[in-house]
Amino acid sequence: MFPNELKYTKTHEWAKMEENTDVVVVGITDHAVKQLGDIAFLELPEAGNKVKKDSPFGAIESIKAVFDLTSPVTGEVIETNQQIVDNLELFEKDPYKQGWMIKIKIENKDEFESLMNASAYESFLKKEEGEH
Amino acid sequence: MPYISNTDEERATMLAELGLNSIEELFKDIPSELMSYSFNLPTGKSELEVRHFVKGLASKNVTDLICFLGGGFYDHFVPAAVGAITSRSEFYTAYTPYQAEVSQGILQSIYEYQSAISLLTEMDITNASLYDGGTAICEAVMMAVRITRRKKIIIDEAVSPIYRKILHSYAANLDFESIDVPVGKDGRADRKIIESELDNNAACLVLQNPNFFGCIDDLTDLADLAHKSGSLVILSTYPISLGVLKSPGEMNVDIATGEGQSLGLGLCFGGPYLGLMTTRSKYVRQMPGRIVGETVDKNGSRGFVLTLQTREQHIRREKATSNICSNEALCALAALVYLTLVGKHGLRELAELCSAKASYARERLLKIPVIKQKFESPIFNEFVLELPIDAEDVVSKLMNKKIMAGLPLGHYYKNMKNCMLVALSEKRTKKEIDFFVESLGEIL
Amino acid sequence: MKLVFEKSISGKRGVRFPECDVPCAGNIPDKLKRKNYAELPEVSELDTMRHFTRLSLHNMGVDTNFYPLGSCTMKYNPKICEEAVLYKGLGDLHPLIPQLPDGNKFTQGALQVLYETSQFLSEITGMAEFTMQPLAGAHGELTGTMMIAAYHASRGQKRKKIIIPDSAHGTNPASAAIAGYEVVSVPSNADGVMDIDEFEKILDKETAAVMLTCPNTLGLFNPQIKKIADKTHEAGSLMYYDGANLNAILGKLKPGDVGFDIVHVNLHKTFGTPHGGGGPGSGPVGVKKNLVDFLPISRVVKKSDKTYALKYNYPSSIGYIAPFYGNFGVILKAYVYILLVGKEGLARIAENSVLNANYIMKKLKSYYHLPYAHTCMHEFVISAVKQKKNGVRAIDIAKRLLDFGFHAPTIYFPLIVDEAIMIEPTETESKQTLDKFIDIMIKIAKEVDENQEIIKTAPHNLGISRLDEVKAAREPKLRWAK
Repeated sequence: MFPNELKYTKTHEWAKMEENTDVVVVGITDHAVKQLGDIAFLELPEAGNKVKKDSPFGAIESIKAVFDLTSPVTGEVIETNQQIVDNLELFEKDPYKQGWMIKIKIENKDEFESLMNASAYESFLKKEEGEH
Repeated sequence: MPYISNTDEERATMLAELGLNSIEELFKDIPSELMSYSFNLPTGKSELEVRHFVKGLASKNVTDLICFLGGGFYDHFVPAAVGAITSRSEFYTAYTPYQAEVSQGILQSIYEYQSAISLLTEMDITNASLYDGGTAICEAVMMAVRITRRKKIIIDEAVSPIYRKILHSYAANLDFESIDVPVGKDGRADRKIIESELDNNAACLVLQNPNFFGCIDDLTDLADLAHKSGSLVILSTYPISLGVLKSPGEMNVDIATGEGQSLGLGLCFGGPYLGLMTTRSKYVRQMPGRIVGETVDKNGSRGFVLTLQTREQHIRREKATSNICSNEALCALAALVYLTLVGKHGLRELAELCSAKASYARERLLKIPVIKQKFESPIFNEFVLELPIDAEDVVSKLMNKKIMAGLPLGHYYKNMKNCMLVALSEKRTKKEIDFFVESLGEIL
Repeated sequence: MKLVFEKSISGKRGVRFPECDVPCAGNIPDKLKRKNYAELPEVSELDTMRHFTRLSLHNMGVDTNFYPLGSCTMKYNPKICEEAVLYKGLGDLHPLIPQLPDGNKFTQGALQVLYETSQFLSEITGMAEFTMQPLAGAHGELTGTMMIAAYHASRGQKRKKIIIPDSAHGTNPASAAIAGYEVVSVPSNADGVMDIDEFEKILDKETAAVMLTCPNTLGLFNPQIKKIADKTHEAGSLMYYDGANLNAILGKLKPGDVGFDIVHVNLHKTFGTPHGGGGPGSGPVGVKKNLVDFLPISRVVKKSDKTYALKYNYPSSIGYIAPFYGNFGVILKAYVYILLVGKEGLARIAENSVLNANYIMKKLKSYYHLPYAHTCMHEFVISAVKQKKNGVRAIDIAKRLLDFGFHAPTIYFPLIVDEAIMIEPTETESKQTLDKFIDIMIKIAKEVDENQEIIKTAPHNLGISRLDEVKAAREPKLRWAK
């Protein structure tokens, strides 16, 4: 159900290591997109900003709610996907490819490796649903 | 009590539905030792008695003085149609328009108000109102601090001293560094000092036009200077003056605020008034307060809703752009009706009328040999006279002649004991001005 | 409807000013003048009246419809209160007059209104003294929080956090943050009130104050309130009372007797002043004796000769928080309201508001989920979770109610109840109105099973259908331009 090549967080971000680099691409899962409903605004950091694992790097807003976007890794933002900020529908339709949010040059690859894989994320979601 | 509709019989029926014998049982969660049974208050009175009593209180206040008192709060004419609209209870008994489909009246009026104030100030985006002109400056300063992530605030001392005091109270717990810059000799902002204070710690420069002394200026050069240091410029305005004066937008300021009382609201002993706030499009998400936006319904018809609400306290809680919830919507409606009635050409005419009366009064008053002009800058509708004696004595003596001559400035500016701030509006006639000049001449 | 700007025709005028009767023109140099006229509308007085009268017809108010908006206390506003503001000597009084030499003597009536209203509120809430200056409830919260900071500073302490339950109004944490405090949220327990064990874990020497709404936003009175107050005081901290729900306990309980140190009152909720489509309000703040020194300036005092005066010399005061003496026009309406109602009327208000709320709750509980099935105070919260399972949400129910001539209750608040619908009928509504509302709520519950589409596409009868809030937020259009 969730792309196998990606890693996941408990706060519903996905992360992907660009091949042969120390750059991690970050977005949010289609599960999160569905939960949010109609998205009204996306706030992303500028390139050059430092981000910290488990700290907010931006925010996503529906009409009546705001959620922090949490960074899966520590590092420096090298690129931001301005296209989705201006075209939220694109992001809603394709959160994994065209809907990527930021690229982070990371310091510690272990941080990336320790994230959940697709099946771990899926069972995490099941457990979370069960609690409600 | 007439404001409770249900009869004893109806109450009994309702209690029976609840399976209760008495209303007291509904209060069983309140521990009985905490209940109060005696209140030292008057017993209720009939409407007739209360009306008589309150009219008696009203008559204990002064009503028949000729008003030259301003200081940011002006005695302007209010057309009857303003009250006719704001006293429609479809408007005044409504709450905040959270249910848009049954609140299109108030929503459209706020949208039109936002448009009118944006046009008047030549700024981009206006919010649905703040409490008053003073707290609007505080909100603007906090907004500038958020945008620049800096904490130094530079304030011209010719910004209303009342507003500066409010700002100082607000800032007390927020470790802002605030610098009050003394006004220049001619009554204008002191460029030299301001330039030296504008460094890369400065969040904003706060100015006022016309300033508290009535002096007017073109502040474009200061806005440019502030922008060079990465600071924002906040300009407090007097909306009637914008019928003729260079607008905040033309001066390139970032946030304009103002007191909207002059736009069709009575003086009402200090409130309710109307806090204006307008800014540049790029800062809209940092703006406090409600904002109304245009949209469509399911059939594509135009309609209006509260929008960008994620900035606000009911959603973002401690991270909101402000704690404001209730605003001054009905006062904003009054301002909109007023600006509609006065209109594009009427506002220019009104501003020129105020300015002409002030010029005439100043010219005549300055012909009294012992009176000096305090500042040489041009003025709009208000000016400072330097008298040979304590301004309080002058005001006191003229009160006996039914003239409210102006505001003695010693209370706010220690070195201005002999100075008096005099304001004119379209309501003052030549006859009244002449009488003021004569009477002042007699006592000096 | 067309905007007033779109009705503008060059040359039309809505008001005429007197001819200029002074000889000289203004002396404003050209370089200080604006280039272009402000593009305000050009319409006649009649056009203006029609435009705004028609707008008013597209608006529900308490005078036109039942308005059970929870947390907002939308009660009837007596018309004599509105009239009083128009009396000569009140609505036209310049606020700077008291600052003129001997100025107090020219405003004795207005100062008496301020003084006596503050005395009445002190008596009603069990406080020592009130400031009438805060211009709205949230402004009162900020004023109170500033006084909390000043109080601790006077004791050589800089406490850094304020405890607020998770059911609180958003203004509480927002006000605390603006006064420089960190906000710590306490969860509610299964009974819907603040969890006292969790509370005790958080309460410490860094706690400046505990901010509570009482009864809380679920309409529940916390029977442990005195214990919470005692613990708070033991920790050297202060109790703040958010008066949003004062209507429920008016004339029954004085917050001061429970141990609250600071109280704000929303005159536009409890004391019969109208909400004005969002404002103006008024949020006076009262304090116990140990906090009086910190109240804002100016203050109104009654002298031994029974005259009133404004005083400014209070060195420990937090200073100015408003330009003058508060929203005088609103305060005057509340003053008139208290004079009308009198001491015996206060408890009647609380009793009838609580009875009305419980009556509706009882009648609806077999149709809607009631998350806290307990006697409520002046309001209660039901949840549309049952209906949500069938695809109908709280917002749909709210919109459907509009079709039947009722304003919707508050929805999605408090945040701790899923699909919350918060109903506050107030004391001024009749059993007949409540019965009609109950019938319609039951009818809608049945429609969920029978004709869902009609709910999900509501409203149908208003000349405007459901508005697209997503479009409004995604493509913000916030003003008219030529």
